[in-house]
Amino acid sequence: MRFQHKETIVVDREVMQYDMVVVGAGPAGLACAIRFKQQQPGLSVCVLEKGAEVGSHILSGAVMQPDALDELLPEWRKSYLGIRVAATIDKFRFMTKQRSWWFPLPPQLNNHGNFIVSLGALCAWMASKAEELEIDVFPGFTAAQPLFENSAVIGVRCGDMGVSADDTPGPNFAAGVDIHAKLTVLAEGCRGSVSKQLIREFQLDKDCSPQTYGLGFKELWQLPDGRGQAGLIQHSVGWPLNNNTYGGSFIYHLDNDQVYIGFVVGLDYRNPDFDPFETFQQFKHHPSVYPLLEGGEILFSGARSLIEGGVQSLPKLEMPGALLIGDAAGTMNVAKMKGVHMAMRSGMLAADHYAAHSSSEGFDKTWRNSSSATELKRVRNMRPGFRAGLWAGLVNAAYETVTFGLSPWTLKNHADWSSIDTRKAAGNDTANIFEKKLPPRDRLASVYFASNAHDESQPVHLKVADTSVCVTRCAEEYGNPCTRFCPAQVYEIVEDADQGKRLQINAANCVHCKACDIKDPYEIITWTTPQGGSGPNYQNL
Amino acid sequence: MNILVPIKRVVDFNIRVQLKRDLSGVQTDNVKMSINPFDEIAVEEALRIRERGQADEVIVASIGPDAIQQQIRTALAMGADRAVHVLTDLEIQPLFAARLLLALIEREKANLVLMGKQAIDDDCNQTGQMLAAIWNRPQATFGSQIEINSNVATVRREVDEGLETIEVDLPAVITTDLRLNEPRFVKMPDIMKAKRKPLQSITPEELNVVPPAMLETISFEPPPQRIGGHKVESVDELVMELKNRGVI
Repeated sequence: MRFQHKETIVVDREVMQYDMVVVGAGPAGLACAIRFKQQQPGLSVCVLEKGAEVGSHILSGAVMQPDALDELLPEWRKSYLGIRVAATIDKFRFMTKQRSWWFPLPPQLNNHGNFIVSLGALCAWMASKAEELEIDVFPGFTAAQPLFENSAVIGVRCGDMGVSADDTPGPNFAAGVDIHAKLTVLAEGCRGSVSKQLIREFQLDKDCSPQTYGLGFKELWQLPDGRGQAGLIQHSVGWPLNNNTYGGSFIYHLDNDQVYIGFVVGLDYRNPDFDPFETFQQFKHHPSVYPLLEGGEILFSGARSLIEGGVQSLPKLEMPGALLIGDAAGTMNVAKMKGVHMAMRSGMLAADHYAAHSSSEGFDKTWRNSSSATELKRVRNMRPGFRAGLWAGLVNAAYETVTFGLSPWTLKNHADWSSIDTRKAAGNDTANIFEKKLPPRDRLASVYFASNAHDESQPVHLKVADTSVCVTRCAEEYGNPCTRFCPAQVYEIVEDADQGKRLQINAANCVHCKACDIKDPYEIITWTTPQGGSGPNYQNL
Repeated sequence: MNILVPIKRVVDFNIRVQLKRDLSGVQTDNVKMSINPFDEIAVEEALRIRERGQADEVIVASIGPDAIQQQIRTALAMGADRAVHVLTDLEIQPLFAARLLLALIEREKANLVLMGKQAIDDDCNQTGQMLAAIWNRPQATFGSQIEINSNVATVRREVDEGLETIEVDLPAVITTDLRLNEPRFVKMPDIMKAKRKPLQSITPEELNVVPPAMLETISFEPPPQRIGGHKVESVDELVMELKNRGVI
């Protein structure tokens, strides 16, 4: 039945009333809350954040274009004291197994005037600014599901705390409150679980291409003294990815000889044996990368999926009572590899719209007439161009650049879960056999560097609709790709003496990247929110 | 009866502790901080005693800079009635903490001090004992079960040999161990209420406490890197390896 929320544990729930509830304390959600409160100081705003602290679930490159933040909180240049390094040199290269070639820098990758920041630390700072404006920021509380009344969104239900593994209330059970608000703003980031439900309920994506995603990995390293070059920004394409798989690496040099190193792969990869995590680890062992990291120390690591669909995959941004902003909608500019300024802009625009009209109606049009939409339209054909392979994609990107995206066509996207070949069709993948000399040694070690924590007595938050498929059809057709695309070893096929082979879900490992919800070829995995405060505890990512 | 619960702000137990690059201390910039877990258990126990009608007020106290108010507010959101914040930028070592807490006991007319057995940052396990000594009152450390009967507390203690049950006359200091209880979850409406609960700041000078002589930290060192082991094929090889490493 449509517009019905699911009754899990029936209990009297407290109701809290706000003028605006924002789901997700990321750049979009905080920008929206702050902008709204700057204009309407008398109205009440709260921000829910599933991470234990603001920033603990945020993982982003991140080279930030500062224009949006300059407009929202100009004092950030003085009073934000977290990781922030001005970009100095940009480099872009193509790699083969043993060598690499510097390419001329695509103009979208020119970062003059931009900053390398820790987006997590920046959001924590923004949250402190929000609290100064008397916005109620609630870290450690999830928005478990939307609430409806008369076919409109009227708020969200917070997740229950202290539920036992069998879905019954445990001894410390605390029922999640219902938050009722005149406007609900979904700012959950890429593949938000409430946003996903609402997009389906209101059929917001019926007129757009399917969304397409990437999976990003990131590590923070402390290098030996004197090895860092603060402000240096390096990107690469090519090895270890083959010509048909979209993706590439980033290396951002911070001060104090620290670097962010990371890798992004398009989740529309076709070979079911492809292993994104090991591909990233392999990249770190390239002859041009290994000497940078050798002798250094890994401090943190994590993974997160990201939006790559662009403007043609953007769902309708409004529904009765609610708005989608930032990457919950999908405003990231993948050609620039930047989403932070776009996320903030969409949040600010949503705040302005609601302050002026007191309704969600018309926001979609407002956004599509904005400079952000122009920015996305101009680059709309770049990412899909890479479906024809790396070289065709680069040529197409160059063409789209010189013509300012004025070509009359718009290339379509395809759903990632359907963009996977069976094992039979894909043939053998030979990648990922290499001698590993750098940490983390495996996925579990990587989870350790995410400071991950889930109370293990809670229900499994990854809902697999039909686990019988796993050891039968999926094992044969795709060889259980979940065991490879998951960066945290949540999915394992284990063999018991009595039950034979079965899927084991190690939910406590989950770093909330959402790749399984996106890439599973049968579309049977649903990522739901675990108990509030669970998950990774990223610091400075 | 008033219960005083001292809490300490520490690096959250889920965080991998890292040293500052110049080895001058532990990295705490942009690091998640929490109430020391043993202190959180003490707050929970105090609330349960009050909820049983055996205490009038639960007063939370903490010592440190302004930032610790975040953890004080969390304790208030759990249900403590009010809080005292001893405002100082000085380093807090156990004897200094004990002296400040003694001053607070007198100020707040507390009959029971419930506190964690130790903090998970320095693991000193001293403040409760020192406080009992300078207060000249009984102590029951490592409590895993606490019952109050008028002016006597019966405390089951976790000791090396197993469990020991003792009775102490109140006023007393009781320190809490892990198995005493499982602290409640903070509820969102209670966070809002906690913002309005009384939180008073006071300085050591106003409490007439001067810092005692303190230990001076010269440098911090990371633990030595562990070298991976390997399997040996035979007893002879094992003996050889042990000899080579100077173990036997």
